[in-house]
Amino acid sequence: MNRKRSSRLAALLAASLLAIAGVAVAKDFITVASTTSTEHSGLFKHLLPAFTKDTGIDVHVVAVGTGQALDMGRRCDADVEFVHDKVAERKFLDQGYGVKRFDVMYNDFVLIGPKSDPAHVKGLELEAALRKIHDAKPPFVSRADKSGTWAAEVRAWKHAGIDIAKQKGPWYKETGSGMGPALNTAQAMDAYILADRGTWLSFKNRGDLAILVQGDPELFNQYGVMLVNPEKCPHVKKELGQKFVDWLISPEGQHTIAAYKIHGEQLFFPNAR
Amino acid sequence: MTDIFASLGIALRLVLEGDPEFVRIVALSISVSLASALLACAIGLPIGAAVAVSSFPGREGLIVLMNALLGLPSVVVGLVVYLLLSRAGPLGELGILFTPPAIVIAQMLLVIPMLAALSRQTVEDAWNEYREQLTSLNVRPWRAIPTLLLDTRVALFTVALAGLGRAFSEVGAVMIVGGNVDGVTRVMTTAIALKTAEGELPLALALGVVLLAIVVTLNAAAALLRQWSAPRHG
Repeated sequence: MNRKRSSRLAALLAASLLAIAGVAVAKDFITVASTTSTEHSGLFKHLLPAFTKDTGIDVHVVAVGTGQALDMGRRCDADVEFVHDKVAERKFLDQGYGVKRFDVMYNDFVLIGPKSDPAHVKGLELEAALRKIHDAKPPFVSRADKSGTWAAEVRAWKHAGIDIAKQKGPWYKETGSGMGPALNTAQAMDAYILADRGTWLSFKNRGDLAILVQGDPELFNQYGVMLVNPEKCPHVKKELGQKFVDWLISPEGQHTIAAYKIHGEQLFFPNAR
Repeated sequence: MTDIFASLGIALRLVLEGDPEFVRIVALSISVSLASALLACAIGLPIGAAVAVSSFPGREGLIVLMNALLGLPSVVVGLVVYLLLSRAGPLGELGILFTPPAIVIAQMLLVIPMLAALSRQTVEDAWNEYREQLTSLNVRPWRAIPTLLLDTRVALFTVALAGLGRAFSEVGAVMIVGGNVDGVTRVMTTAIALKTAEGELPLALALGVVLLAIVVTLNAAAALLRQWSAPRHG
């Protein structure tokens, strides 16, 4: 009978599903809310196996924008936050959701644009470049997703004396997407875009885009790590999560971060104190 | 065009090499989608049949609602399941957010309305056909449900396959409730989204080709199963 067969099949499936879930939870694991830049740049694939080998703890990374990652912590859905927006992180701490924040590493943002550079920004400082873009109005792609990179972009416009929320026009494309998708959009419309260097280096679909502005101190991009406060969130895996935080800022963790390279180029620079 | 041909080559290589990570992603996709489609059948088909044979005030309104739910945006379903399963939500104690069971729940909730709406139509047609016969045998409408479901099983099988396809192809809800965690909740669709984000478009498309091949294979297997079982039950 069909029904008998399908119920047997259902039992088999339920068992296999439980097995899958069982494998996932059999080992000690923590959930880390982190950013698309760390995932898309390939850092976690390099970093996490080393941590798991040292400690036996699995790390489940949910990679979203910094804004959403911090929101995950506020809802107690993450044990550790590993993000890059110091202003938003301070707010998170002030609200009592984080225990203590540690600097882990930095890299930098870069201003990407078409090689033809219609706004003539190549080699300028960031603020001057943004003013030129605002004058020439070539397409500019903004993440507009409350990510750390977007927060940095909005601050940069402000420092350049431009109130982007008021002065944006059709040239300013707010995509509301992660770093990779936003780069795909910029590539397709030969637009300018602010990106983190890690994602850019590992990004394959560059087309005619290239780095036009880099090295300005304002492009500094600091990553921080903090344990979600167990007093606010009783489910937080305090000991395991703290081990991850401690490992990241330990000499081994810092060394492992420094060792991650793409085409011989180092992506992240450890700077824990 | 070259990208598209390149992706076919990559797809073939992925399948032939059988990289463990790739195999795990494919296996997870298949198991969560089959599980959610089966659970959705167990819930959705009886709902559709029950609505088909019963008459009550507001029935027309309910049918409109069921048909409208076919257009339910998956991101909304994902968001609702996320809020339910979140530690801050009512089912937070379960601690299954960002695990495969969370994906099964979200996919199941997406597929149920589809199965209920489509099976309601199918069963209602059969009910209209056999109504007099069954009533003359003094069979109450509720009692007729198993008979009607069994009688329309070939049509319902197609409905179930459509549900399975819906589960397989889902990305928005699965991304939200599964979190696309590497090695834990990364399925075919979220892997495609990730590879697209990394600018690896040919590889992303290759995964899409493999996904399509799996769905075609499952449908072919289902068609064979149906043919093979037809003489005995038909």
